[in-house]
Amino acid sequence: MADVSFTVDGKKLTAPAGTLLIDACKSAGIEIPAFCYYPGLSLQAACRMCVVRIEKQPKLATACTTTVAEGMNVTTESPEIAQARKATLQLLLGNHPLDCPVCDAGGECELQDMTFKYGAADSFYTEPKNHREEQQWSPVVYFDRPRCILCYRCVRMCGEGMDIFALGVQNRGSSSVIAPNIPVSESPNGMAALDCEQCGMCIDACPVGALTSGTYRYKTRPWEMNHVATVCTHCGDGCKTTLGVRSVSDGSEIVRGDNRDKSGMNGDFLCNKGRYAFDFANNIERLTSPLVRKDGKLVPVSWEEALGFAGKRLREIRDEKGANAVGVIGSNRTTNEESYLLQKFARTVIGTNNIDHHRTADYVTLATALQGTTTVAGKPRFASQRCVEKSPAILLVGGDPTNEAPLTAWNIRTNVRLNKARVYVANHRDIKLKRQAKAFTPVAEFGYAAFIDSLGEENEFTKAVKSEEKLLVVVGNELRGGELAKLIAALPHAKFALLADYANSRGAADMGVLPDALPGYQPLTGSAIASEYTSPSEPGLDLLGMFDAAANGKLAALYVVGSNPVKRYGIDATALKDTFVIVQDMFLTETAMLADVVLPAANLYEKSGSVTNSYGDVQLVSKAADKAGVRSDFEMIVRLADKFGHEIKTLVPFGKGLRADMGQTRGAQSGEADRHSVWLTANNMEPKLSPFDPFAILDEIQRLVPGYDKLLRLQLLSGNDQHIAPAGSGLVQISGSRKDLVLPAADSLFTSGSLTRYSPMLQDVQRHQADEAATPLASAD
Amino acid sequence: MSSIANSIFTPETAARFDKLASIYPVKRSALVPMLLYAQDEIGYVSNAAVAEIAERLDLLELDVRNVLSYYSMLRTAPVGKYNVQVCTNISCMLRGGFELLDHCKKTLHIGHKETTADGLFSLEEVECIGACCWAPAVQVNYDFHEDLTPAKMDAVLEDYRAGRGKDVK
Repeated sequence: MADVSFTVDGKKLTAPAGTLLIDACKSAGIEIPAFCYYPGLSLQAACRMCVVRIEKQPKLATACTTTVAEGMNVTTESPEIAQARKATLQLLLGNHPLDCPVCDAGGECELQDMTFKYGAADSFYTEPKNHREEQQWSPVVYFDRPRCILCYRCVRMCGEGMDIFALGVQNRGSSSVIAPNIPVSESPNGMAALDCEQCGMCIDACPVGALTSGTYRYKTRPWEMNHVATVCTHCGDGCKTTLGVRSVSDGSEIVRGDNRDKSGMNGDFLCNKGRYAFDFANNIERLTSPLVRKDGKLVPVSWEEALGFAGKRLREIRDEKGANAVGVIGSNRTTNEESYLLQKFARTVIGTNNIDHHRTADYVTLATALQGTTTVAGKPRFASQRCVEKSPAILLVGGDPTNEAPLTAWNIRTNVRLNKARVYVANHRDIKLKRQAKAFTPVAEFGYAAFIDSLGEENEFTKAVKSEEKLLVVVGNELRGGELAKLIAALPHAKFALLADYANSRGAADMGVLPDALPGYQPLTGSAIASEYTSPSEPGLDLLGMFDAAANGKLAALYVVGSNPVKRYGIDATALKDTFVIVQDMFLTETAMLADVVLPAANLYEKSGSVTNSYGDVQLVSKAADKAGVRSDFEMIVRLADKFGHEIKTLVPFGKGLRADMGQTRGAQSGEADRHSVWLTANNMEPKLSPFDPFAILDEIQRLVPGYDKLLRLQLLSGNDQHIAPAGSGLVQISGSRKDLVLPAADSLFTSGSLTRYSPMLQDVQRHQADEAATPLASAD
Repeated sequence: MSSIANSIFTPETAARFDKLASIYPVKRSALVPMLLYAQDEIGYVSNAAVAEIAERLDLLELDVRNVLSYYSMLRTAPVGKYNVQVCTNISCMLRGGFELLDHCKKTLHIGHKETTADGLFSLEEVECIGACCWAPAVQVNYDFHEDLTPAKMDAVLEDYRAGRGKDVK
């Protein structure tokens, strides 16, 4: 829209016509206080805090509902306005308890800040305060009614934002209250409860301490924590999260997950996993000491002994039985650097292509099917997560983003709400996003091939889809191999995104943790990367092939990093009885229990590096938490290679001549080391990278992996997401006999792959949804 | 035939609801009349009534409860056979509404929003019932009794006790 010019506090401003005054002022650095206004949600004008004086208007007007107009003259601060705001605060404080010292919002409370600013210290209200006991609505949401100022942010957030409508407003006048969707009269335990996605967005939006978080409340205060921005460990969406961490005796513990830093592609959104399921990191069952099997039992030993034994044994087996008697399994939860290093370890240290990981979506097909095709309007056909929020039309084929990729679902809803995007859904289930859809077409289970064929026909659905000029296709992991390639061929004008499970599924595939492709989906022979690697040119065994080989006595050693294939693929434990197994994991999983050497690993919240989400957006993960006794997978792979007798410099280039990370990646723990490197630089001495610094290998990734050469180090270190697309040509060719090994976890919203069992809060929420929330629904039938 | 398979309402009311849901541009506009008719039939708006009305109007039960709790003339718990609503708003207050309320409390031995042990009467203090010209006024179910004094009130209550009142709940 055309720009208009107006004056605020004597300052000449311009903004597009239709901009809300409060937003226009904010962009110009003029802060107008408001409680009920929340960007992106519908307008309420309930709190009267944002009143301003607009010239030629008889009364003070609310800045949150006034749009800017040509020639408007606005005053945002004057004695009159301050008096009006003070009176509003006095009204809001009428029943508000002054329990700031114990309230969890203390220090982060907008009401507290405003009271401090306008000084509404005395009240004309002489009646006794309207007091109610605090209520627990779910394992994670608590409601303290007297603190509530009825701004309706939570109600709108839940209804418009989440499409749940779990909160409403009941009664009227001074007895108005925010009420959950399961009232006392329908609740099995006699307490009001919430049947919702337990996302905690209502808590985040609450400007006061009326809604508080079950995981955080009464544990600490905002100023006592370090706040580290990193990436959520759970699904493939790659939400940026701000972790509140605090020092404890054995490291540092995560006490809160939220998104204060709204700079990521998720804005302020986090789902229940990102917000509450960090507690797996604090689980007391964490392995904190290396274990080696002695007389049939796993016993704790020193790091030196465990790594020495593992490295020596691996060398013996490789030398005796050949490189192809060794298998390596990677992870969806390790950083790109670790995945890259692991496949390099397998290919150059061991000398085999027997490397694979638990694949949750078919990225090889996506990359190869899109290669060589022209871009859409000059832009690559690989979509970014940000496209979901902006694209005017979205076709969702398969998948259930609400449960499996909550940010994708949130972005679709936001796009529909704010930009009136047209959403088309083709699915074999009645997924919740159907409510946002302009058109829905049911597909038989396993019948996506028929749906793709129907795209060639003329019916209303296909006509609507094909008439979209800018179409984004979000594909669920039900589609793979030939079907996926056919879908991509059927919609030549569209952008594509493929949804995977887990934090770094895409990264593992991009980094070449695959038996038949090198990093960047490069073929095993002929490419630049292949000429640098001296690895065999024949494809290795895939994940299931390795276990078959083990059962047939042909796999003498198996190195598993951060995954639990025995449980996930239902592998018979006896298959591994003659195989020497090394496992790196956080917990003693089913696979780890069969191992000869178990190495305690750090998780994604405890190390730095980069991860790539389902869409190919690369982000930095920073070390937030810390646990004594564990090591990063990166360090363990390097040390194992060292004990193996390999020249480390050929595995991890380090030392002079490399671009160093000056400590930005070490997050909350940065300190002495950074000051040291600053001093070194100041004195014209080059800081030397250690072989355990994951950024030592990032140079090689940028040099060798097509697509990642576009990565900008400064963007990464500034915490921005960058979209990466595999290179346009020379990718691995899919042969007709390629096995389909994709096994999606198909997680529901309240589970998260293998981590749920270690997260008490996720289990608690699951139980709540099954009991308190499900019972009234069942009785209503 | 009602649009809902197992309606909790009588066939007449169910048919009335079907019509109500069809006459407004937006279905949810029928919510308040539906709640009132449901209350007239059942005596109060039960959870089952909330559930059925929500289904009829494609609303969430929470939406129905949000509206239901806003209007004080809608009840979520049963009342006695005769619901005595005493107005204490300005006109009635000036003409002795509070004395009337106190008198009722004393003679019926119940308080605000309570029901007598025999289930015959319940008592409620209400906002303006629109009878300012004849204050103080009392509404019993849908009947008005105006220009009352404690003595007249006794007579009114006696009438109902003797079964001479309208029985609309």
